Amino acid sequence: MKKKINSNTLLLLITIALFLVMYAAGCIIYKDKGFTHLQTFLNIFINNSGLLCVAAGMTCVMLTGGIDISVGALIAMDCMFLSVGMERWEMNALVLCALVLIIGIVFGLVQGFCVAYLNIQPFIVTMAGMFFARGMTAVICTDQVSITKNEFFVKLANAKINIPFGAYTNRKGVLQIPFVRYPVMIALIVIIVIFLMLRYTKFGRSLYAVGGSETSASMMGLDVKKTKLKAYMLSSFVCSIGGICFCLNTMSGSVRQALGLEMDAISSAVIGGTLLTGGVGNVIGTLFGVMINGTISTLVKTNGKLLSSWSNIAVAALLCFFIVLQSVFAKLKDRNK
Amino acid sequence: MNKMKKITSMPLFLPIFCMLLVMAANIVYDISCGNFALNFFSISVRNGVLYGRLIDILNRGSEIAILAIGMTLVVSASAGTDISVGSVMALSASMCCMILAGYGNASVNELANPLLLGVLGGILIGCVCGAFNGFLVAYLSVQPMVATLILFSAARAIGLLLCNNLIVYVRVDSFKMFGGYLGFLPTPIVIAAVCIVIAMIVLKKTALGLYVQSVGINKKASRIAGLNSARFIFLCYVVCGLCAGIAGIVGASRISSADSNNIGLNYELDAILSVALGGNSLGGGKFRLAGSIIGAYTIQAITTTLYALGVSSDVAPVYKAIIVIIIVTVQAPPFKAYLARRSAKKALAKGGAAA
Amino acid sequence: MENNVVLTMRGITMTFPGVRALDNVDFTLRKGEIHALMGENGAGKSTLIKCLTGINAFEAGEIHVEGIQGPVVNHSTLDAQKKGISTVYQEVNLCPNLSVAENLFIGREPKTKFGTIDWKAMVKRSKEIMAGLDMNIDVTQNLEEYSLALQQMIAIARAVDMDCKVLILDEPTSSLDDNEVEKLFGLMRSLRDKGVGIIFVTHFLEQVYAVCDRITVLRNGQLVGEYPIAELPRVKLVAAMMGKDFDDLASIKSDESPVFSDEDLLIDAKGMSHRGTIKPFDLEIHKGEVVGLTGLLGSGRSELARVIYGADKNQTGTLKVKGKEVKINNPIDAMNLGMGLLPDDRKAEGIIADLSVRENIILALQAKRGIFSLLSMKEQNALADKFIDMLQIKTASRETLIRQLSGGNQQKVILGRWLATNPEFLILDEPTRGIDIGTKTEIQKLVLQLAKEGKGVIFISSEIEEMLRTCSKMAVLRDGAKVGEITENLTQETVMKAIAGGDQNE
Repeated sequence: MKKKINSNTLLLLITIALFLVMYAAGCIIYKDKGFTHLQTFLNIFINNSGLLCVAAGMTCVMLTGGIDISVGALIAMDCMFLSVGMERWEMNALVLCALVLIIGIVFGLVQGFCVAYLNIQPFIVTMAGMFFARGMTAVICTDQVSITKNEFFVKLANAKINIPFGAYTNRKGVLQIPFVRYPVMIALIVIIVIFLMLRYTKFGRSLYAVGGSETSASMMGLDVKKTKLKAYMLSSFVCSIGGICFCLNTMSGSVRQALGLEMDAISSAVIGGTLLTGGVGNVIGTLFGVMINGTISTLVKTNGKLLSSWSNIAVAALLCFFIVLQSVFAKLKDRNK
Repeated sequence: MNKMKKITSMPLFLPIFCMLLVMAANIVYDISCGNFALNFFSISVRNGVLYGRLIDILNRGSEIAILAIGMTLVVSASAGTDISVGSVMALSASMCCMILAGYGNASVNELANPLLLGVLGGILIGCVCGAFNGFLVAYLSVQPMVATLILFSAARAIGLLLCNNLIVYVRVDSFKMFGGYLGFLPTPIVIAAVCIVIAMIVLKKTALGLYVQSVGINKKASRIAGLNSARFIFLCYVVCGLCAGIAGIVGASRISSADSNNIGLNYELDAILSVALGGNSLGGGKFRLAGSIIGAYTIQAITTTLYALGVSSDVAPVYKAIIVIIIVTVQAPPFKAYLARRSAKKALAKGGAAA
Repeated sequence: MENNVVLTMRGITMTFPGVRALDNVDFTLRKGEIHALMGENGAGKSTLIKCLTGINAFEAGEIHVEGIQGPVVNHSTLDAQKKGISTVYQEVNLCPNLSVAENLFIGREPKTKFGTIDWKAMVKRSKEIMAGLDMNIDVTQNLEEYSLALQQMIAIARAVDMDCKVLILDEPTSSLDDNEVEKLFGLMRSLRDKGVGIIFVTHFLEQVYAVCDRITVLRNGQLVGEYPIAELPRVKLVAAMMGKDFDDLASIKSDESPVFSDEDLLIDAKGMSHRGTIKPFDLEIHKGEVVGLTGLLGSGRSELARVIYGADKNQTGTLKVKGKEVKINNPIDAMNLGMGLLPDDRKAEGIIADLSVRENIILALQAKRGIFSLLSMKEQNALADKFIDMLQIKTASRETLIRQLSGGNQQKVILGRWLATNPEFLILDEPTRGIDIGTKTEIQKLVLQLAKEGKGVIFISSEIEEMLRTCSKMAVLRDGAKVGEITENLTQETVMKAIAGGDQNE
């Protein structure tokens, strides 16, 4: 049976095409700057492993029609907690990681409770969460703390996982083997797990149902409030995993870390086809959204002459384009009825 | 009991109550430090200008108060918040300084262009940003928070571009004046006062307030009664952008530079908080500008008090976040319903006991 | 209980503050029948349904469902669903962003042995369900890809698959075209043959006679009677719904019917329409004329008025006001031409709940004057006091929030809002609903007074009596089209016959 392409699939296709075009353009323009190497592509993942996790969690919240802007601050808090824990308190890295995940769940629980059971706008709740987490980061420590002492963590951060193909010899005659790092693996696992969850579990489908129509969902016997609560818990939990990835990348904690990351996560999800009104979206789209984000900043970096703010502007412009597109599609749908 | 209820249901109860609470905290603090008990309220003249904690709060709170005017309108008309105001402030500051210093100059001691041109440029870009937000919200029906998200993340970056990625210093006295002193009074206080008075007059002398509230409460009925809802929502966002523009220039003048990364940082929270603290529902509809203004200065008083208590500026958000959550929880319908149920139960128990 | 009875409701009584919504109502549904529940606005049919499905709690009476011991009390629609009572509303309560199969199975998805959703089984069983109802559609497509009619049938399929004994269809056909309605009827008949009891709430007479076996009529919260379809011809049904009991109002209209010349022509609509709500119509209204729009609820009587006023956009034809062709894009344009509309849905389109009585009264006039010429407080107070006095609005003060007033008083405030604009042409959609009888007379007198002052009025009401007393001409609407005008011999009988349509009339 031939499937009709609906507007939501169309949005996703536009995103994927956009990514391909953008990357291809990069390959052509910056051929001599190494853009064509596999490692450039892998670096996008390495640089954005934390963002990947966060965006995946954000997608789940956005599916219910909500939003979670506390993620950036939560990551800063996680990183600071990990850094200070290892450097000053000299605690075990794994224990700290477990603590970070628990903090994430509790954080999400409180936010979710306010949104689902107290009926407060998600934006207001998570904005308060954002300021709380950012402030707590400063409570833990106001300096920039680098992780150097914890051997296990340093080893983990520096470990390379080599890829068996795509190797090349650079100009100096040294063989370069493409590699990824552990955070990338963690992020990919998160993406896959959430993808499966959204498709094959009752909770996953409930997220879509709640976003589609809350009244319908409750009429069909779903517990709307619980679903929302769980969505926020999931977001904060996955965000904390992202925090660990982020920390493995930066190996430091500071108050101003991951500033504005929530906007990157939201724009990635939106560019990836997640509707802001809820009910439509997919982590695969979000994955492409993150990759577009990464490609833009790589392009700007590779150019070398452009100011880094250009990548912010480009992402914002794309975000604007997709928001308008979504709104136009929604209006067209209304008119057809 | 009844009297108590009467007082708590007064329109400006919440903001005034919070203000008094903050003042009380200050008095307690001063006493515990061994200072003069009313240190908080004392105003003195040093070097020919007014000096004192109260003046400081009024001075520092100017930007928030100006932002609160626009934010109040936006919240009322569209039941959403404009989260781009802080970034727009930075953009306006950059625009203004860029014009005054000339593109590409990092530091000047003389104006490259007339002062008025720079100020107007800053305000104008604020209005343009407001119009952009308003267009998305009013005519494309994008959720307010999402529409303003675009400029939230882009406006600072555009500001950096305008300044060629530099922090542009305009070391000229006439420009410094906006953030400095006008005679013995800090200029920001004067600017904020002028803005507030103008807003009050506009609300008093035109039907804007009625229109905005009407649209915010019931869009459909307002349309039947002859109001063009989209136009007024758009207008509110433009006004909000205008306010952000003015606030941005004041902010830039204070540090006589355009620091795109720091001007207006986190101001959107303070502005939204002012509106909520002013007793206005974030769900839109009826509003009281006076409440928001008192709310704005209360926020600044809280911040100043926190700093006075030795809380660092990085940690202060924790307390603000807790205040936000308490305020919105108290306003939340489920919480109110819960309280009503409890008091009904209590009354029942009392009645039972009496019988 | 009789053998084939699946649902009985006995002596159901419930009151809303100040109104007895249901007064000792009985209702019986048998297996394998389609049972129409009829009544005008406020008759209590939706309240009765809500009592049955657990949305409203009733005060007295009992509900019995076949196969369940003892009286049944539902606390939520979910509760009712578990007991075999399912409801399908006009607005489909499914998730448009999910596939058809998911909508059928949400909350009770088939699982694999790992506890995950078994998509294959779900799709397979969905296909079977849909095929069983003679619908061969792609169940993996999203619900929103299908027409409203199909969505409704899918909602019905879901209900049927969840073993429902009683299926309530609440105005399911309001937004369907003739073809889709026929399809829906086919489905209803096949369900009937399978033994499902169907309660069909509708205001389309044609459809009742096309598909139903039995009719229960309610009026003013009371049971009028239960009739087999063959024993109740249309006119009798309309009479039963509208009631013939004359209230004790004195006749207030003078007998001579005025004659209007073309010069006095105020509104001249030719071929105006709005897709999906009202088919093209012509209508002429003169100065000093009160035109009644009559027809059952949903016949297009409100919609016609809304198109003239510009509340719904006119899509065809032309409108002339005082001989000049005009284009109305928004209500404000109509207001500037001297029009006013009192909408029938007071809560959604009338009152601005959180504003005071004064602000509600001056709103339309202020909108007309524009943003810069604010009425002074003195003028506002004077206006508010004038109409509070004139319409005898019961309010603590003019600064009381309108939401705190009773429905009737709210209505008077809105009426005051329009009178304040001094309109030349006023549309009153159900101005007397929920108002006590004394005030009703006042409003009727007011309408005649306005006409005497040379204003044109469209008057819409569910009560024929009231219209007979005030209108000099009546336009009759049926099923979204204007089907005729009655200018002479305005009596209850002629009007009812015209509303009922069918064989007697044509």
